[in-house]
Amino acid sequence: MNIKNILLKKIIFATVIINLFFILSPHQTFPLDVKRKVLDNGLILLISERHNLPVVKVSLGINAGNLMEPAEKAGLSSLVASLLTDGTASRTAEQISESIEFVGGSIGASGGGDYNSASLSVLKKDIALGFELLSDIILHPVFPEDEFEKKKQRVKGSLKAREEDPDFLASREFTKTLFGDHPYGRLISGTAETIDNIKREDLIEFHSTYYVPENSVMSVVGDIEPEEVEKLFDTYFSKWDTKTSMNTSLPQLEANRKKQTIKIDKDLTQATVRLGHVGVSRDNPDYYAISVMNYILGGGGFASRLMQNVREEKGLVYDISSYFNADRQGGSFQVTFQTKNESANVAIEEVLEEIKKIRNNPVTDRELADAKAFLTGSFPMRIETSSRIANFLVAVEFYDLGVGYIDDYPVFINNVLKEDVLRVAKKYLDLGQFILVVVANQDKAGLKDRFE
Amino acid sequence: MKKTILFLLIIYTLTGISVIRVEAYASKGNALHEETLSNGLKVFALKDPAATLAVFQIWYNAGSIHEQIGKTGLSHLLEHMMFKGTPQYGPKEFSRIIKRAGGIDNAGTSKDYVYYFQKLAPDRLHLSIELESDRMRNLILRPDDTISERDVVMEERRMRYEDDPQRLVYEEVIAAAFKNHPYRWPVIGWMSDLKAITRDDLLKYYKSRYVPNNAFIVVGGNIDVESVMEKIRNSFGAIPIGPEIKKLDIEEPEQLGERRVFVKKEAELPYVLSVYKTPNIFNEDSYALDVLSMVLSGGKSARIYKSLIDEQHIALSAGAGYSSTYRYPFVFYFYGTALPGKKIEDVENALYAEIDRIKKEPPSEREVLKAKNQIEADFIMSQDSIYYQAMLIAEFEMIGDWRLKDRYLDGIRAVTPEDLQRVAKKYLIKDKRTVGTLIPLKNTDSKAVPRVTESIAGH
Repeated sequence: MNIKNILLKKIIFATVIINLFFILSPHQTFPLDVKRKVLDNGLILLISERHNLPVVKVSLGINAGNLMEPAEKAGLSSLVASLLTDGTASRTAEQISESIEFVGGSIGASGGGDYNSASLSVLKKDIALGFELLSDIILHPVFPEDEFEKKKQRVKGSLKAREEDPDFLASREFTKTLFGDHPYGRLISGTAETIDNIKREDLIEFHSTYYVPENSVMSVVGDIEPEEVEKLFDTYFSKWDTKTSMNTSLPQLEANRKKQTIKIDKDLTQATVRLGHVGVSRDNPDYYAISVMNYILGGGGFASRLMQNVREEKGLVYDISSYFNADRQGGSFQVTFQTKNESANVAIEEVLEEIKKIRNNPVTDRELADAKAFLTGSFPMRIETSSRIANFLVAVEFYDLGVGYIDDYPVFINNVLKEDVLRVAKKYLDLGQFILVVVANQDKAGLKDRFE
Repeated sequence: MKKTILFLLIIYTLTGISVIRVEAYASKGNALHEETLSNGLKVFALKDPAATLAVFQIWYNAGSIHEQIGKTGLSHLLEHMMFKGTPQYGPKEFSRIIKRAGGIDNAGTSKDYVYYFQKLAPDRLHLSIELESDRMRNLILRPDDTISERDVVMEERRMRYEDDPQRLVYEEVIAAAFKNHPYRWPVIGWMSDLKAITRDDLLKYYKSRYVPNNAFIVVGGNIDVESVMEKIRNSFGAIPIGPEIKKLDIEEPEQLGERRVFVKKEAELPYVLSVYKTPNIFNEDSYALDVLSMVLSGGKSARIYKSLIDEQHIALSAGAGYSSTYRYPFVFYFYGTALPGKKIEDVENALYAEIDRIKKEPPSEREVLKAKNQIEADFIMSQDSIYYQAMLIAEFEMIGDWRLKDRYLDGIRAVTPEDLQRVAKKYLIKDKRTVGTLIPLKNTDSKAVPRVTESIAGH
């Protein structure tokens, strides 16, 4: 290692120290002093006090994502989540929305892949009302038949509306091709056909099976003390009973490794392109080396090679990026961009060229140092507001990243060596077997044979 | 949901990554230092001890309203070019330095203004100060960069407008609603104009508008105000004052009847956008219009959702909104997408029925109080981000005076149900509206059914 490298290492080290200090030093009032508690009924409770505003944000993660639903009833998990606020044993949909909106707060739930999330946002003075509503929608939803019918129509309507969005089409085809019948290959919302297979009893059963405390993580962040949170729990969640008869066997993921091209013809001025293949799961030990590598390739915005080449030098796109989507059971690598129909071929060539380069040659010292500096230094931005902190804490629990994750993250990133970057590029980027989806005016795009 | 509706228009006009909260209002009592340098540059420094990050924003009075016919899109293209380097810092070096410091940066252009910002640790603010003061006077504007960036902006236009039918409707409606005021052209510019912009056009605009007396800075965070100010004085203070900026003085003639436009385009569902010309925040009525937009469209318990989406079940999405913080009077808008199988005319009429209901009978006290509570809670919650605190000061300053933001909530609190009825009768009038309808065309030659081809041959 030459002197320049050693110096560089020292500079990086110094950067990390500053950032750690920035995060941990109390006079900076950085709020991530987190109290973690496992309640008697199995619920994991995370509390972080922040007294800068009279506001409380709550995030509840439930292990009830679309991983848990049968293929022929795809959309079930998401429907259950979105119908939680549409009627409980003691409140109508309108009563729920009116009472939370009257105090300027919000409450809601939505479907997800690995887990579903419910969230609550209220001023401190309205925290009791907020908890009462949250507990009611989680514990006592009744999924009224008429609301269920209306919701199905709306979901089908928005699926149709989204067909207008070329990026939606590209993403849908890409994941379907890559993951096939596995839940990751499906839309969270399901399709018009699978939604019609769902009965009200399915909602009730899914809810009673998966919406249980030992299956859930709740974070409470804001102007509230832990004692008060616990008191609220006693009042509003003490009747949330534990259950043990839960099906925890998850579907196995087998990603498609063939080379495949999918063309969708639409009367558009631009080709929307998605190129990629199988990726890694969130617990892959190479995750951090991959993060650094991908930052340099296409994750780093204007600091990335794809942006530099395809936008800055060639003027072919407004935006281009690459990312690794790393979920519980697996993930994908994807490059996405839009370019005028006529430039589709040349832009795809450039992307493949950049992938080839990063697979064959080590990145420069500067690139490596810049990537590490950004990834470690920008961490506070990910947890800047109470809402962000609340969501972050739930994710850390679900992906089992550990209570020390904020301290560990910069260490993991800074331990990545140049050789690691090359190694993971070779291992996780594939120039032979990739899926290419092109939504475009196909006549004008005239995709070359070698991409077909 | 609520937010999506409120922000509709702003998202459409902005061209950076940013979404501005027009309806948010600042100040939880953090100290604001205000100072004007001798070259006319105004600086606002906001100390928030609870902020973990710092923000630096510089705002130029150089939005698309200052462009000439035939050269629309110039302001936004120049915003792009501002990242192309100076003699001291090469192309994109700006962003690289900020990212290396763990920060992010970007910019946005609206009809009224352009702004540039960085978010980073407070001890790195000197980077923002050095880089922004450098590009305020030393931009290179290389001719070939201009050409390639024009191509990039054309791709941006294709992505944001040409291939998005609902946005095309917005563009057409605004172009029809305004005949004379420069609000009528899109921030991103017409495609043919983009091709006509030259490097000289950009340079002339840059020299005349990117001057200290046409800009201001907002810096915020857990900062030492005096030391930050010292750095700003040193870096920006030496930049010479520019030519005097003439105030735009263009009036929109009175509209004498309803205007209608249609967009026929490949799309899945029909959509309608109906806009009424309304005053901005300088008019007392703006507070009532703000509250009215919440009564109509502030969530699932608001009237439009309840009626069109829930009870009548004719719209997939529908709502209303009002942006009072445009510098010149702009619009109050209604929109709706029909559910499959439902008629867009019925959606449009159902929206108007909600206007008529307000005109016939003032909303209940509780509805109005709910709307005010929503506005106030949003205001408080938005303070969690130092970026939005700065944004708010800047937006009001750009209209005329940042102190307007402190009067805002008082104005909201004073609104009565009868005020809502009065402003609905005064502004939401058929003859003053412009309506755009998207008529979906089905492409019969091509099918959106994927064609799959496989090959085994590698690269």
